[in-house]
Formats: sequence, structure tokens, C-alpha cells
Amino acid sequence: MGLLKNGQAVADSYTDVSEHEVIGDTVAGAIIVSLQQWQEHRDALLERSAPLGIVLRSNEKPELIRSDLSHFAVIALDFPTFRDGRAYSHARMLRERFGYQGELRAVGEVLLEQLHYMQRVGFNSFAIASDAALRDWETAAADMSVWYQPGADERATAVELRHKVG
Amino acid sequence: MYQYDEFDSRLVKERAEQFRRQVQRRLNGELTEDQFKPLRLMNGLYLQLHAYMLRVNVPYGVLSSRQMRKLADIARRYDRGYGHFTTRQNIQYNWIQLEQVPDLLNELADVEMHAIQSSGNCIRNVTSDQYAGVAADEIEDPRIWCEIIRQWSTLHPEFSYLPRKFKIAVTGSPNDRAAVQVHDIGLRMHRNAAGEPGFEVIVGGGQGRTPHIGKTIREWLEPEHLLSYLEAILRVYNLDGRRDNMFKARIKILVHQIGTDKFRQLVEAEWAAIRDSELQLPQAEIDRIAAHFAPRDYPQRNDAGDLLAEQASQNAAFGAWLKANVAEHKTPGYAIANISLKSLTAPPGDITAEQMDVAADLADEYSYGEIRVNHRQNLVLPDVAQEQLFELWEKLAANGLGTANIGHVSDIIACPGLDYCSLANARSIPIAQEINARFQEMDRVHEIGKVSINVSGCMNACGHHHVGNIGILGVDKKGKEFYQFTLGGSSGRDAALGERTGRGFPAAEAVDAVENILNTYVELRAADEDFLETYRRVGMQPFQEALYGTA
Ligand code: SF4
Repeated sequence: MGLLKNGQAVADSYTDVSEHEVIGDTVAGAIIVSLQQWQEHRDALLERSAPLGIVLRSNEKPELIRSDLSHFAVIALDFPTFRDGRAYSHARMLRERFGYQGELRAVGEVLLEQLHYMQRVGFNSFAIASDAALRDWETAAADMSVWYQPGADERATAVELRHKVG
Repeated sequence: MYQYDEFDSRLVKERAEQFRRQVQRRLNGELTEDQFKPLRLMNGLYLQLHAYMLRVNVPYGVLSSRQMRKLADIARRYDRGYGHFTTRQNIQYNWIQLEQVPDLLNELADVEMHAIQSSGNCIRNVTSDQYAGVAADEIEDPRIWCEIIRQWSTLHPEFSYLPRKFKIAVTGSPNDRAAVQVHDIGLRMHRNAAGEPGFEVIVGGGQGRTPHIGKTIREWLEPEHLLSYLEAILRVYNLDGRRDNMFKARIKILVHQIGTDKFRQLVEAEWAAIRDSELQLPQAEIDRIAAHFAPRDYPQRNDAGDLLAEQASQNAAFGAWLKANVAEHKTPGYAIANISLKSLTAPPGDITAEQMDVAADLADEYSYGEIRVNHRQNLVLPDVAQEQLFELWEKLAANGLGTANIGHVSDIIACPGLDYCSLANARSIPIAQEINARFQEMDRVHEIGKVSINVSGCMNACGHHHVGNIGILGVDKKGKEFYQFTLGGSSGRDAALGERTGRGFPAAEAVDAVENILNTYVELRAADEDFLETYRRVGMQPFQEALYGTA
């Protein structure tokens, strides 16, 4: 599994423990926990000194962690299948409405073709399954250069470009 | 009509090239069919019974003669010399090779057309009134807002993986010709108490297995807030629409399950957070788009009613066409001419490449080079001088395009059915053609008057049978094709779903049943009543007696 972060293929420094039964001290360093683990072991997790991340399943709305955002260095949003588009809305909520500025990671079935949509809604890191995708992501992300809609990234919309003053 | 600027052009070109790479990756095995499927669907490509089918968007049903010629050219070079106009104002080609699709899309891009999001679980081509901009009863031209919606919905990063497909229709006239009450979102323009135009927002209408008439969630919306309001609806749907069962995934089910009031609350709460965001269009952009739809500078003409009456009295066939196919134009001396694609010789909506060229030539000669497609699978020349109608009709008739049946018994909507569609239970096209053949005598057709017959080959209802005055649904009964009837459906201002008559009829008896229903109506009707009015007055019972005898 490769991780693409801010345009670079990098090693993932986090261990995903969201499926583990016990977390406690079994894993050292940065971890990613599930929503349930966070809710049940909040105090213990906050005592750890390593960076903390959380993964939200596609049926878990980010409202549930709205007041906790400052504790997370990574928020991973899961695509159980590429057809499940809820995380696109969750990402925009986190970025545009809740002001989350940390790493927003797409995990699950993350395909090359979805990359540009994901970037536009605010994801900045991607757990990509295939080597080919890791190789070709740059072309894929550059496929389209015109966007009609405002999003969570910095890209100007066609409307802005049309009416740019000066 | 709207003309692409550099941004619009670049987008469709890039999209065609992107698809070229995706097809390449599919052909060399990097993508599985399962992974490729949503990509091809979002570019309008279906796998049908015999070949790939490509559905090309005709944005809100408006075509230039140049675009029509390109569609003809594509029909000749990439298909078998014809195309098929659909109930969503689009055109489909039924015999397409996957390898050729990237080139085809590139050619479409050259004439400012595309197939983006013509299928898949995303926002589909927005549809509208085929008389937009020329209708005598219009409040404001809906095409301005359709184009704004087209751009906003194209490659929307958040709403490209919705629970299910999503259809939006807009009408600018109180006489709804866009069926807005049976769409996921219907927008109906009207004036508020202060006389300002705005939209009634209707949500959760739809056909298919569980038909619903849409619910109004907002009586009047300022047009400048249109996009933020749409975005709020789509976000609520994207998050809360069901994804566990594709038959329950349309927005109509969500609205029905949580109730209209709750749904409205969710939308209004979401809207409150985004209504003053960047989605509020700058006036300069609204003006830029509106300028493309500015009313034409029509040369002044006098009303030619007397001339037309005289021509009609000398030529009965022209008279019939004038009565059935010509509609009132907002400008004196002009008329809207409908071209029926419901002749005896071809399936409903089918048109040959040669006929497309003829339509394009006639549009250039008589209608400012513009053509419309309506949701009953016919074409429209929107801007014809009344005094040229006779000439136009002669040329149409000489090319098999002069059928005088718009809105009448043989103007049938039919889905592709068992002849093309892998989901079908029964054939639709042959039933439509048999009905058409039974009602060839024009005096009789006009004697029966306005009635809509819609045929679907299965409960997915692509032939809109629920909203036909007479709806015909093909079902499978122990391996045999049967047809069930519904009566009283309508997709207009008074939208209603039809009611079942009772048990279905085998294929051999279906057309007799239609005739029986129509005879019953003719017997019962009062003075000027059309079929729907009579049905609403007398109810189902006399029709059941005619069909099944008295118990
Ligand atoms: S109604 Fe059924 S048979 Fe007809 S096109 Fe739709 S899915 Fe196919």
C-alpha cells in the first residue's frame, strides 16, 4: 500500500489500529483509531505522546468529532467501495465548515479516477492500492484543468477566471 | 443559444482525452470491467444486449443545425445510419464500438457537445421546456438557468458518486411542458407577490418502480440562490440517501421515508450555512449567460392566420398538420413547428442520418438554424414565419417527417424494450408500432383528439407509462409477454400517476384493448373534453366494464 501525500509517494508513519481489539501499549508511535475507540478510550489516547489519527467510516458523520478536531493530526475517511460517495461531502464539511487543517486522508477503495475529485473536496493524502496508480497519479490529477464549482482547494473556478479583473 | 467559451471547450476536450486513456487502460487490462463500468457510464456508454450504446447529451433539448449535422455524420460513420431521440431530450446510438468512442467524443467536442454524465449515479442532463424562449405563456427563458445548472453539475467533485442517478427539470411556464413534478428536482418558475420571477422547488418526484409526484419544499426561491439551494438538496441526499438497496436509493424514497417536512428542514438548515457562499452567482456571470439567450431580433411580420386558414382548406393534409403540430409563438407572425418522429415506418424517436440532415437544412432555411428535442421524442423548429409553414410542411412531408400527430394517439412514447434492453420483460416498440398502424386514418386520429400513450418494457418505466393518459407496462407472465394498463396519468401542470385497470392482456390483444379504451372515451365524452378530462369526470369503472365486461 502506497501513500501519496502532498504530491509525493511517502512511507506511512501511522499504524492503523482501528481493527485491533485492544490498543493500549501494544503499538508504539503514531496510530489511527476508530471512532468507537476514540469515544471509549479518549483519556488514555490523549495521554499518549505520539501523533493521533482517526478513521471515519462512510456512515460516521464528521459532526461526531467536530469539537475534537484539534486532537487529530490525521483524519482518514473511508471509501468502502469507490461507489460510496459520502466521504466527498464529509471532506468538504471538515475543511470548509469545521476548518480542519490537518492531514485529510482517503482510504479504502481509492482509484486513480477519483483523485481529482478528492483533491477538490479537500483530501491531501491518499492510500492508493495499486502500483500503476502510484505511477500514473500525476497525469490523472492533471487530466482536467477546468472546474465549474467552488471546492475546498485553491483552484479558481471557470466563473472566477471569466470575470477576473485586470 | 449558448456558445462555449475557452473554458467550456477546454473541459470537453480534456474529458475526451481522459476517456481515451481510460479506454486504453481497460483494453490493456489495467482496469477490470467492474472498475471501468462507472467511468464509461459517466461518459454515457452502456453495454446493451448486442453492442455498446452511447447516449449523447442534448443540453435542455437545444441543438444547432451544425450540431444536428454532426449527429448525422456520427450516425453514418460510427453507427448504422440512424440515431434515437430519448424521453430525456438526448440522442442514443445503439451500435457503437468501444475502441472508437474516444474519437467520437472528440468530434462531439468540436461542435460543443458531450456525453458527460448522461448515465451513472450522478446529476444527469438537465431537461426543460422544448418551447423555451419562444412560448407565448412563458415567464422567463428557463434555458439561462438550465445552462447555469449544466455547468454547475458537470464534473461536480462532491456529487459524482451519489446513491443513484439524479434528474433535474426546469420550466419557465405555468403550462409545464417539462414534467417537473416527476423529476428528482423540478423547478417551476413563477412570480411572487411582488411580481419577481423565482422558482418553486419540487423534490422527490420520479417514475420507475415506486412512482411519486414531487413535493414542494419551497414555494419561491430567488434565482440568484439557485445553486446554493440545489447544493444543499444534493448534500442532504448524498449523505442520507439509501445506499444499501439500489431500488430504494432515489431521493424520492428518502423524501417519502423521512417526510417532506423533515426533508425540508434538513435542506433549509444546510442552505443557511452556504447560501451566501461563492455559489451565489455574480450578476456578471448571469448576464453573460443570459446574453446568449437574448430574444431574437425578429423581422416584423403580420399575423398570417387568414392565409393559413385558406391553405388548410385547400389541402386537408396540411390542415391536419397545422392543427396538430403547430404551436403558438410569442411573436406575431411566427409559429412553432413540431416534427413528429412517430411515423409508421420507424420506432418512436428513431431518425435516419438523412432525416437529421433534412431537419438541419430546414432549420437553416426556416428557423434561424435552431432545433429542439422534446421529451416525447419529437423535434421542434421553434422560429418559423407563419407564411412559410406551408412550404416547410411540403418539404418535411417529402422526407417522411410530416406526420400530423403531435399529442395524438399515435404520438406514442416507447422505451427500447426487449428489442434492445437487457432488463426488459416485453417488447415496447412493436406495440407502439401496432397502435400506430391501427390509427392511420387521420380523421379518426383527430376525432379522438389529444391523448398520450406511453409504453414501458418493464417496471423501470423508461417509457414513462405511469404518466401516460394511457400507460402500457410490459410484464412477464410465465415466459409470455403481457401488458398491463393504467389510465389517467399526466406529466403536465396537473401531474398524476395512472391507475391500474386490472389484469393484463397478452400481446395479441393489447392493441384491441387500446382501441376499446379510446372508443369508451369517445362515447362518454362531453363537448370538448379530452381523454384526461373525461377520465377524471367518469372515473375508472366504465373503462373496466369495457375491458373486462360487467362482473
Ligand atoms: S423500461 Fe425496462 S425495458 Fe424499457 S428501457 Fe427501461 S429498463 Fe429497459
